Amino acid sequence: MADNLIVKDAALARVANLSDYDATRATFSWDSARAQIDGLSGGRLNIAHEAIDRHVATGHGDQIALRWIAKSGDRTDLTYADLQKQTNRFANVLISSGIGRGDKVYALLGRVPELYVAALGTLKAGAVFCPLFSAFGPEPIQSRMEIGGANAVITSGRLYKRKLKALREHLPELREVFLTDGQHDSTHDLAELMAQASDSFETVAMNPEDPALLHFTSGTTGKPKGVSHVHEAVLAHHVTGRFALDLKPGDVFWCTADPGWVTGTSYGVVAPLTNRTTMIVDEAEFDVTRWYDTLAREAVNVWYTAPTAIRMLMKAGSDAARVHEYPALRFMASVGEPLNAKAVIWGRDTFGMPFHDNWWQTETGGIMIANFASMDVKPGAMGKPLPGIEAGIVDVTGDSLREVTEPMTIGELALRPGWPSMMRGYLHEEERYQKCFRDGWYLSGDLAMCDADGYYWFVGRSKDLIKSSGHLIGPFEVESALMEHEAVAEVGVIGVPDDTAGEIVKAYIALKPGFEPDEDLRLELLGHARKRLGPAVAPREIAFRQNLPKTRSGKIMRRLLKARELGLPEGDISTLESDEA
Amino acid sequence: MTRADIETAIAEELHRIAPEIEMNDIDRSEDLRDECDIDSMDFLNLVTALGQRFGAAMPEADYPQMRSFEALTDYLVEKTA
Repeated sequence: MADNLIVKDAALARVANLSDYDATRATFSWDSARAQIDGLSGGRLNIAHEAIDRHVATGHGDQIALRWIAKSGDRTDLTYADLQKQTNRFANVLISSGIGRGDKVYALLGRVPELYVAALGTLKAGAVFCPLFSAFGPEPIQSRMEIGGANAVITSGRLYKRKLKALREHLPELREVFLTDGQHDSTHDLAELMAQASDSFETVAMNPEDPALLHFTSGTTGKPKGVSHVHEAVLAHHVTGRFALDLKPGDVFWCTADPGWVTGTSYGVVAPLTNRTTMIVDEAEFDVTRWYDTLAREAVNVWYTAPTAIRMLMKAGSDAARVHEYPALRFMASVGEPLNAKAVIWGRDTFGMPFHDNWWQTETGGIMIANFASMDVKPGAMGKPLPGIEAGIVDVTGDSLREVTEPMTIGELALRPGWPSMMRGYLHEEERYQKCFRDGWYLSGDLAMCDADGYYWFVGRSKDLIKSSGHLIGPFEVESALMEHEAVAEVGVIGVPDDTAGEIVKAYIALKPGFEPDEDLRLELLGHARKRLGPAVAPREIAFRQNLPKTRSGKIMRRLLKARELGLPEGDISTLESDEA
Repeated sequence: MTRADIETAIAEELHRIAPEIEMNDIDRSEDLRDECDIDSMDFLNLVTALGQRFGAAMPEADYPQMRSFEALTDYLVEKTA
């Protein structure tokens, strides 16, 4: 596995933030790392203070904080001073609308400057920020707003009309809707309110354990889980940004993730600003030419992207990359799903440096295991645990847990809780939260192994979750939406391998009597699912079956559907009661 | 191949990918991904299907010329001329 080791240049490794992994790991503590952030008086703090205000106070107000590239290609710069004023205005708008400490403020927006202003302005006001991916359909939006108890939402006129307006009667706790453009009944014009608001605001001093960010992740069964993170998490965002992404003050940093996902918030909003970089934000979706132009023109120093995008770049060929040179580029990283060894090596051959894979989850709030700038890379490995993070491979059977110490033995990847950005709970689901912990370990749900050199290798997910284009999708949410269609009797949803997306969502459907499994119905069901779920969650393939494999209790056996789809052994089928036809 | 034929072909391929879209509801001069609520994967599948249908090479480098329904039509009119 490691015969293609990528050895780092010693001189370059020395100038990395984490230049001596073993030494730093031996001495690091989260308590002493706290000196890297300001905090506010009385042991309090606020993420937004660390991200913006402290840099303005130390004379960096003129540095560009955010360079926004509109779809048209036009660029808009916001300096740290601009961002301070705008987020102050936004916080004032919230407070004067009766939204404050502990309230939940959602954003349903594309990557526009208002999204970033709303995120940080919300935190300044002491409210909790929850970003939603704008490609979600109405059903994922509704369930996430219900679970979180959204009190206010920032969105665009277009998204409001298409996805939110019809839901309002079902969301009694939603008091205020702010539109970035357009006019509708019972909404506010954000630009007008911002213009009237004062640009000074005293950032609310929060307790370290006060909730700050709410992200949703998918579960195998039941509704999506609302993952709660606190203001103290900023310490982990900051430190992991320095160590795992090698962020340095003044760097130009491009994280291509949408803030609707945790990567786009922890490393697309918070860490780049606390580390005083200049963030590149591109409104447009993936486009080969545009991405290479952006990397070169903006002189990006550190680039954080995802395997799906890297695979699409590989498909377009190295020549497309070689249109430009990238002398400013220093570090490339990837997250979302394991990065194939081939893609790591392609990075080295094309850019002169490998992509550095790292691993973490919505629940962990920040990067846990990474390939660092100073570290030799074993292509295909996810790297080593960060300083301050203790990882292990465990074998969980029934009520017992055993740590697996033999190298390259498969088990569940587990972490010792205690780092600042660890989730503090799943909203309203204490039992589900407690189930994540056993004998002093947090159980990740991912299967992995660790080699003799301490590098971790991803093996698979231990549940039925689907990872498509880096997004975690719960089969239950997709199945529920399809079950609402009058023709559907039963449905099982699995992920099937795809060269570009990693996996795509495939639904197996058995129809009620009287419905014909033809192309028209297939398209109708596809449209039905897309309308409710949006393109990021809806299935891309639908197959009809007369019957689906089920257990005695009537549970559809997704595992069996998947084994058959992939031509794998069917494993233990003793619980199979009614088989596929 | 007339312009109308090409428009019909695009509408048909779009219907296979995003059958929920009413072609009459979309603004053909606006961003196609926004108008049809399709993502990068959908767009890639659309271009691949059209490329096969017309036997035309539609490289990634040309994607900026296909941003709207109209732009995509113009592009294919030129390609198939």
